[in-house]
Amino acid sequence: MTSSASALLDVLAAEGGGGDTGFQAPTVEEFYPEPLAAFSLLGVDFEITRITLIMWLATALMIGLMVAAVRKPSIVPGKLQFLGESGYSLVRDGIARDVIGPKGLPFAPFLASLFFFILANNAMSIVPLAQISPMSKFAFPLVLAVITWVVYNWVGIREQGAGRYFKDAAVPPGVPIGALILVTPIELLQVFVIRPFTLAVRLFANMFAGHMLLAVFALGTVYLLQVGNFSIIFSPFAFLMALIMTFFELLVIVLQAYVFTVLTATYLNGAVEPAH
Amino acid sequence: MIILAAEAHNPLIPLVSEIIIGTITFAILCLVMFKFVVPRFEQVFVARREAIEGGMERAEAMQAEAKAALEQYRAQLAEARNEAAQIRDQARAEGQQILVELRTQAQEESDRIVARGEEQLATQRQQLVNELRGQIGTLAVELAGRVVGESLADDARRRGTVDRFLAELDSMATAGDGRTGVPVSEGNR
Repeated sequence: MTSSASALLDVLAAEGGGGDTGFQAPTVEEFYPEPLAAFSLLGVDFEITRITLIMWLATALMIGLMVAAVRKPSIVPGKLQFLGESGYSLVRDGIARDVIGPKGLPFAPFLASLFFFILANNAMSIVPLAQISPMSKFAFPLVLAVITWVVYNWVGIREQGAGRYFKDAAVPPGVPIGALILVTPIELLQVFVIRPFTLAVRLFANMFAGHMLLAVFALGTVYLLQVGNFSIIFSPFAFLMALIMTFFELLVIVLQAYVFTVLTATYLNGAVEPAH
Repeated sequence: MIILAAEAHNPLIPLVSEIIIGTITFAILCLVMFKFVVPRFEQVFVARREAIEGGMERAEAMQAEAKAALEQYRAQLAEARNEAAQIRDQARAEGQQILVELRTQAQEESDRIVARGEEQLATQRQQLVNELRGQIGTLAVELAGRVVGESLADDARRRGTVDRFLAELDSMATAGDGRTGVPVSEGNR
């Protein structure tokens, strides 16, 4: 989609006959900005980029918001407390309790942390001046997915016992023995590889693509204005698309945070309840 | 351009430093959520539920209390009514008794008065009779003396005559219920 959009803009630019460098479509380099600081610690090279700062800012803002919400807790909540409570209740009641059941409430803090962390970082993709989500860097969704993977496997072993948990994962009950040749590898792959991988890739790809789309239309708007011929009449359309895509991105921001949390809860549910 | 750039950086290969930074950042958020934010939210939820349940319990207790008070009030009212009825009945009975007593007393009183009156009457009558007897004797003797024209000086004789006469009169009166005609006819005879 990104390449086709940039190709279209390239065509438009070519028709304009600018003759100079043409439209510079956003590239993957968008996600590798210049490091603001670089140092080496324990043999690992650290690069502090603006994306790192954006993540810290988003996380700090979310922590600040949450702490402010519960600073003076009262039975009749103020506006901020109500906001925080609504968010936490959405995860606690809407996800932890509804997906996992009564056993799900202990996981509410973890699920809420996931949800708010992803939400805050995703939101940065449409915050002016930041305009990129740290979640569009594969490392961050991967961290969350791996943590989720560790948590649900650990919960499964703790709740059902290692033997039972791995046996149920490899040999789902009620499957004919003949089918196990197919089912067992698929199931094992599914539980221990595909789940965390899809979790990470889903979030990463959505935020990556979202940023690319926004960047294409934003840069396109500016380019069509500056190219200096009749292309200027297409500029408002590109701007309109950028606007529409921003609202679409808002939807994706919330949806992806929610989907990640709900899927985590679903996996936790599978770990808490023995397969039947 | 994109292809060239992708060769330079593969977005699907995460940097180790980013993994570490991401883990630490998420861990910090988790720490705050687990240790501070969520416990407080849960506290508020518990407090709110208790407040609501406590309010309902209080309301129920008050309702029960009101009900008990009403029952007590009703019981007292019934008791009071009962008592009033008893008092009324007792009063009526006492009144009846007093009336009967008064009646008997009055009856006795009147009986006594009547008896005394009769007694007095009898005494006075006796007195009168005695007096009359004496006067009648004197008058009769005097009258007879005048009629005869001589003094009936002989007291003894005279007294005997008068007494006899009066005795006759008495016996007549008792036999003929004291009619006046009898002594006259006797006198004529």
